[in-house]
Amino acid sequence: MIPNAFEYQRASSVEDALNLLHENGDEAKLLAGGHSLLPAMRLRLNEPEKLIDISRIPELRYIEERDGFITIGAATTHDDIEHSDLIKSHLPMMTEAAGLIGDQQVRNKGTIGGSIAHADPAADWPASLLAAEAEITVKSVNGSRTISAANFFHGLYMTDLAENELITEIRLPIPAAGTRSTYVKFMQPASRFAIVGCAAIVSGNGTADKVRVAFTGVSAKPYRATGIENALQGNAVNADSIASAVTSATDGIDPLSDHFASEDYRRHLAKVFAGRALNAIA
Amino acid sequence: MGNLIGQSVKRVEDQRFITGKGNYTDDIVLPRMTYGYILRGNMAHAKINDIDVSAAKAHPGVVAVFTGKDIADSGVNGIPCGWQVDFKNGDTMKEPAHPMLVADKVRYMGDGVAIVIAESKEIAKDAAELIVVDYEELDAVVNAKEATQEGAPLVHDEAPLNKSFDWGLGDAEATAEALANAHHVTTLEFTNQRLIPNAIEPRSAIGHYEVQNDRYTLYTTSQNPHLTRLLMSAFVLGIPEHKVRVVSPDVGGGFGSKIFHYAEEALVTWCSKQLERPVKWTAERSESFMTDAHGRDHVTKAEMGFDADGKIVGLRAITYANLGAYLSTFAPAVPTYLHGTLLQGLYTTPAIYVDVTGVFTHTTPVDAYRGAGRPEATYLLERLLDLAALEMKVDPAELRLKNFIPPFDGVDEPGYQTQVALQYDSGNYEPVLKRAMEMVGYEAFREEQAKAREEGRLLGIGFSTYIEACGIAPSAVVGALGARAGLFESAQVRVQPTGKVSVYSGSHSHGQGHETTFAQVVADKFGIPLEDVEIVHGDSEAVAFGMGTYGSRSLAVGGSAIVKSIDKVIEKGAKIAAHKLEAAIEDIEFAEGKWTVKGTDKSIAFGDVALTAYVPHDYPEGVEPGLDFSSFYDPTNFTYPFGAHIAVVEVDRDTGKVELKRFVACDDVGNVINPMIVDGQIHGGIAQGVGQALFEGAIYDESGQLLSGSYMDYTMPRADDLPDFEVDRKVTPCPHNPLGVKGAGEAGTIGSTPAVVNAVIDALAPFHVKDIDMPLTPERVWRAMQPKTNGREVHS
Amino acid sequence: MSVPIKVKVNGKEYSHSVEGRTLLVHYLRDELRLTGTHVGCDTTSCGACTVIVDGKAVKSCNVLAVQCDDAEVTTVEGLSEAGNLHPLQEGFKEEHGLQCGFCTPGMIMTAVELLERNPNPTDKEIREGLEGNYCRCTGYHNIVKAIQFAAAKMRGQEQPLEKEVAHG
Repeated sequence: MIPNAFEYQRASSVEDALNLLHENGDEAKLLAGGHSLLPAMRLRLNEPEKLIDISRIPELRYIEERDGFITIGAATTHDDIEHSDLIKSHLPMMTEAAGLIGDQQVRNKGTIGGSIAHADPAADWPASLLAAEAEITVKSVNGSRTISAANFFHGLYMTDLAENELITEIRLPIPAAGTRSTYVKFMQPASRFAIVGCAAIVSGNGTADKVRVAFTGVSAKPYRATGIENALQGNAVNADSIASAVTSATDGIDPLSDHFASEDYRRHLAKVFAGRALNAIA
Repeated sequence: MGNLIGQSVKRVEDQRFITGKGNYTDDIVLPRMTYGYILRGNMAHAKINDIDVSAAKAHPGVVAVFTGKDIADSGVNGIPCGWQVDFKNGDTMKEPAHPMLVADKVRYMGDGVAIVIAESKEIAKDAAELIVVDYEELDAVVNAKEATQEGAPLVHDEAPLNKSFDWGLGDAEATAEALANAHHVTTLEFTNQRLIPNAIEPRSAIGHYEVQNDRYTLYTTSQNPHLTRLLMSAFVLGIPEHKVRVVSPDVGGGFGSKIFHYAEEALVTWCSKQLERPVKWTAERSESFMTDAHGRDHVTKAEMGFDADGKIVGLRAITYANLGAYLSTFAPAVPTYLHGTLLQGLYTTPAIYVDVTGVFTHTTPVDAYRGAGRPEATYLLERLLDLAALEMKVDPAELRLKNFIPPFDGVDEPGYQTQVALQYDSGNYEPVLKRAMEMVGYEAFREEQAKAREEGRLLGIGFSTYIEACGIAPSAVVGALGARAGLFESAQVRVQPTGKVSVYSGSHSHGQGHETTFAQVVADKFGIPLEDVEIVHGDSEAVAFGMGTYGSRSLAVGGSAIVKSIDKVIEKGAKIAAHKLEAAIEDIEFAEGKWTVKGTDKSIAFGDVALTAYVPHDYPEGVEPGLDFSSFYDPTNFTYPFGAHIAVVEVDRDTGKVELKRFVACDDVGNVINPMIVDGQIHGGIAQGVGQALFEGAIYDESGQLLSGSYMDYTMPRADDLPDFEVDRKVTPCPHNPLGVKGAGEAGTIGSTPAVVNAVIDALAPFHVKDIDMPLTPERVWRAMQPKTNGREVHS
Repeated sequence: MSVPIKVKVNGKEYSHSVEGRTLLVHYLRDELRLTGTHVGCDTTSCGACTVIVDGKAVKSCNVLAVQCDDAEVTTVEGLSEAGNLHPLQEGFKEEHGLQCGFCTPGMIMTAVELLERNPNPTDKEIREGLEGNYCRCTGYHNIVKAIQFAAAKMRGQEQPLEKEVAHG
């Protein structure tokens, strides 16, 4: 319950945070909403020597439309995202995903940047970010770079982030008018993390111009189900075509297994939830 | 005043809780207090080769570090067990030592190896990380049945085949014959899974030794402070009982887990003596998961035989009960006298035999958890009945109605003698089932279900009709059965000079609302305002004695003790009144708060008699001053509440997820003092029973690691997992206690679990599923629906 | 290493020096002796420690005290004004929404925000809004009623609206 002792530093700006990160190297961890890091620290699974608090940096907390993107500051809370009209009007799956994270108290504090930096395999955001083909802007004292969501998640608690890098922004391309999206989730009943989370986007009527389907929770690394996408893209999306397409939901994937869901069951659920997501927006 | 019994009086204790002014153990801070952190083995079975605490001792702010060796060297004893169940062949129960901290071996993850005591809890925890223990990990066994096989790792060398005791009850021969001759026999092998109680307040204890008067005070999260005092002083620490005060302040739920005397209570008390400073220990939740006594964990094979008319002719049950690594306070009684004796259920079964083996494993000790033995018995009976109905193609409600014991009130006749030792006090079983069926709309439901099935939807309904033995218990009876304590209760009713009343009860309240219900009884009987009554409990210094709160006994036993003292007050008051009113004692009657000369308007009020008793200027000869009586009440029998629970579920065909759509309960808990509180007890009980059916279960891996050791892995029922509960009541008074009450604390938990499981099995009828092990997780239910070839499951 | 903080709790300003690792719940309980906020778990699950920070319900076991520098915190002790119970406190008492009382402060504080966001919730919305709070005693049945009682009262209605009966 009690974290190890550490040195606390509060960053007043992104620049300040980057300098602190640079100076302290691998001794330091970043603290935003604290809903990924602090639980691990309280169980002493993570014992950083220094903590850099970035939760007070106003320039990291915003939701804006810019250059054809919805841009979200990394320290924006799940609750802010859930209640953003801008996001809801373009990408309702993000609204739905936000509302399914943890509980109200957690959503009030937890941030999108903190969540994806932690890269819990059962976290909700990765599915939506993959399906939305999001870009993740990261900064360090050496400059800034943009990572596609597809390249950001490496595996179990592993990302493309370097030790001196800070996520500053998540950028979601605004989809074409008429694009539908949804996020559905089968919850691990104790933690309420995702056993299977499936985000889906479909644009076009009758024939699908574009289909994106992505999963979290199924395996150590979130992934896009390209088999499903390819089967539906350019074709009619209806109950029959969906039923046939989702059979490839876990092709080439090595699912996780635990006492809540075995590998077989996860494979099965991935199909069920891909079907539910796609049928809801077909 | 008057007429308070039977009213839904709002709770008087609520004020402090809703304003954040409750006083729980961890809220208490004493001058010069230190903080203890216990380093636990975190392995299920390991030899301790060496332990090095030097770095921890040297850590700034550390006051002391004690290891298992320090404890052993001090000559104190281990934690005792309060109930002895011997082997069938007469051999004595195996009762290995349970030290406060272990020195040689850890036998389950929660075994403490050292305690660090420091100026703050932060320092204590930091320093504990500096302790180096050299362990040699050994093989472990976690399953009760497997532990009794030759070659299984031994938990204690002195308990061969890991058996603590074996026990049988009933007529084995008659039962074998009945089953052999039965028209139909239903057999079920199942596990009643291990549960973790999870009172939301973690356990906490503060030991406080005062050198100036050589006295000890223990503040602890206990359901029965007096028992803790007795066990700790006389059996563990060997300190004089009158030098020990145990205070159990506000306690945040117990559900059984806070009945027992735990190692940490004795440990902080012992440490406080060594340091002459108060020592506080509060469990972190992960410690609670490892060290609070767990519940259930039976592996059972049961057979129920029927004649051609569907009458039960015999029942046999063979159970391996997991006791964990050590015997907790009441552990041996739970699978035996609280389980085997309940296998008559509500039914006329003429031949019953039950066989129970109590087994040590490398797991957390198992003891009473809400219901304690009775949920296991009810689950066994009610699953067998529903399965039998399915196999014999009869309606499960009809099958129950056919087998019910006919009504008896226990007033003019002696009650119902079961085949398994108990004599039921009073019962009338058909009305509760009929009422529950009416509430659920049984016939209409079956129509809805048939229609739903045509649409491919899986609706199910499940029944459970239960009986429980509460109000534990006649001391002589339980003494004969191995209890090492009496199970009476005490109460003191002190009428103050101003007519205000203080009541000192040995029943501890930790959610049950005694401060309200007991006050209702007292105010009603005395005819005074509720506000004039104060209930004091939870302090061995204030309350003469107590056996505590468990087994739904507070009102039936503790309440009866209060009534005895009330009667004594009224009787003495009559003598004072007769003197003041210049009447013969025979002509005095008490009603509505005053003593009256019969047939006249001459009377004297309650408060005036009270004042006279303490200012005895004009006073009857030979009568002592004061108006203050203590009583001890030892019940003549258990009480036997019963009821009918019905669950309605829908199963998601694609995922196996179960939705509990409705839950209907009609219970009969005897007379009711406060209907609002009784309903609340039933609601909470149902939620815990549903938790066992659908969500909860402790999971150990083969090495004895608890995989479900946090709220991230152990599913607690949440608000959105449950429906509103539809509850109603019938009243069959208890014939043998003065209030006619039976007890309501465990009824919901005992009745609800099999109802939910039966409903899921009913929903899965199209798949010909007979049984699924609890908890009925989505995956288990989904698997049950998958096509099988030669008994092997085929994966999709 | 201590860090100075200034925090307003239940309307009162406090200045303290705290260790970086001090959790808000420990600051409230140990430093300010506001023991109405409880610790029920170590995984941010049970919700017993819920308080309001700058208008939002948070689990104070998972917030550092230093993060509340300059913040405004309300705990259960700060709910009643001038001795008058908050409608939620009243609701929990009237509808028997508590038994042991340990989860109650967290339930009430969660419900404070819930009713601020949704003054006229359905039972289902209340149940969903309580997903971050465990109660082991009540089965939640009367907690839902308690919050409905408060909602009605806060809307200016005397009684909770007659609830639709789910089944006949």
